[in-house]
Amino acid sequence: MLSTFYASPFAPLVGGVMIGLAASLLWLVSGRVAGISGITGGLVDPRCTDRPWRLSFVLGLLGGGFVMSLLLPAAFGTTVVSMGIAVAAGALVGVGTTLANGCTSGHGVCGTATLSKRSIAATATFIGTGILSVYVFRHLMEVGA
Amino acid sequence: MNRFVVPFVSGFLFAAGLAVAGMTDPSRIVAFLDVTGEWDPSLMLVMVGAVSVYALTRAFTRKLSRPLAADCFVGPKAKAVDGRLLLGAAIFGVGWGLAGYCPGPALAAAGASSGQAIAFSSAMVAAFALTRMMDGRAEQRRAPGTSEERR
Repeated sequence: MLSTFYASPFAPLVGGVMIGLAASLLWLVSGRVAGISGITGGLVDPRCTDRPWRLSFVLGLLGGGFVMSLLLPAAFGTTVVSMGIAVAAGALVGVGTTLANGCTSGHGVCGTATLSKRSIAATATFIGTGILSVYVFRHLMEVGA
Repeated sequence: MNRFVVPFVSGFLFAAGLAVAGMTDPSRIVAFLDVTGEWDPSLMLVMVGAVSVYALTRAFTRKLSRPLAADCFVGPKAKAVDGRLLLGAAIFGVGWGLAGYCPGPALAAAGASSGQAIAFSSAMVAAFALTRMMDGRAEQRRAPGTSEERR
């Protein structure tokens, strides 16, 4: 049943609403912004003084991924690059989101919803360079798995 | 109790939403960014759904003096668009387009034991640690402070 719904055009919108509810819950109850790079980065920051709630959130994220891989394996399917490139991309995302103080969740969803100038500028920039990256690596250089 | 259960539930629901939306599949992200190929608008619909719900919550909670199970609301302190923000976002976008993962989907897919997502996430978390360590050192040379603001 879930996999039938996954194939429907409503799935992205419903998934988006679930993400919005998850972020709403964390703000309403814990008073925290659901920015994944910031929450996770705090865990490995020597200056961090509030690791327990961050760890709970990250464990929830990993656990949710695990449960969904059993219910909806199709959502985790395709790999698009080689292992080496995945590692390089992960390093770029780690450095970039730390410098920018946020990623798709913190800037793209939460910051955009509060009309933060920084978040709107960051979102426009990473979508822009994301498009450029796909164009250069997939179309010009034909990098892929 | 709520201080730890609620973040777990939020993270869990966040991952479930990402999976239902198809955002844990890197080929869907690449297809969204591939405007000269077969464009997939899914990510835009995900943003519309998530931003609408969260914007309503933020409007509603403006009247609250504090969250239900914490002492204060904690948000970002920085207000200005600066070079560091734009450079970081630009670097992030390059990595995002390259592998089709951003931090949330990468960690959710790592939980789903995708080998590629585990490799990506490990490198990402190592880069978090390294960049923050360097930030901490630079901060000690200037005035120490925090990047978060409480109200």
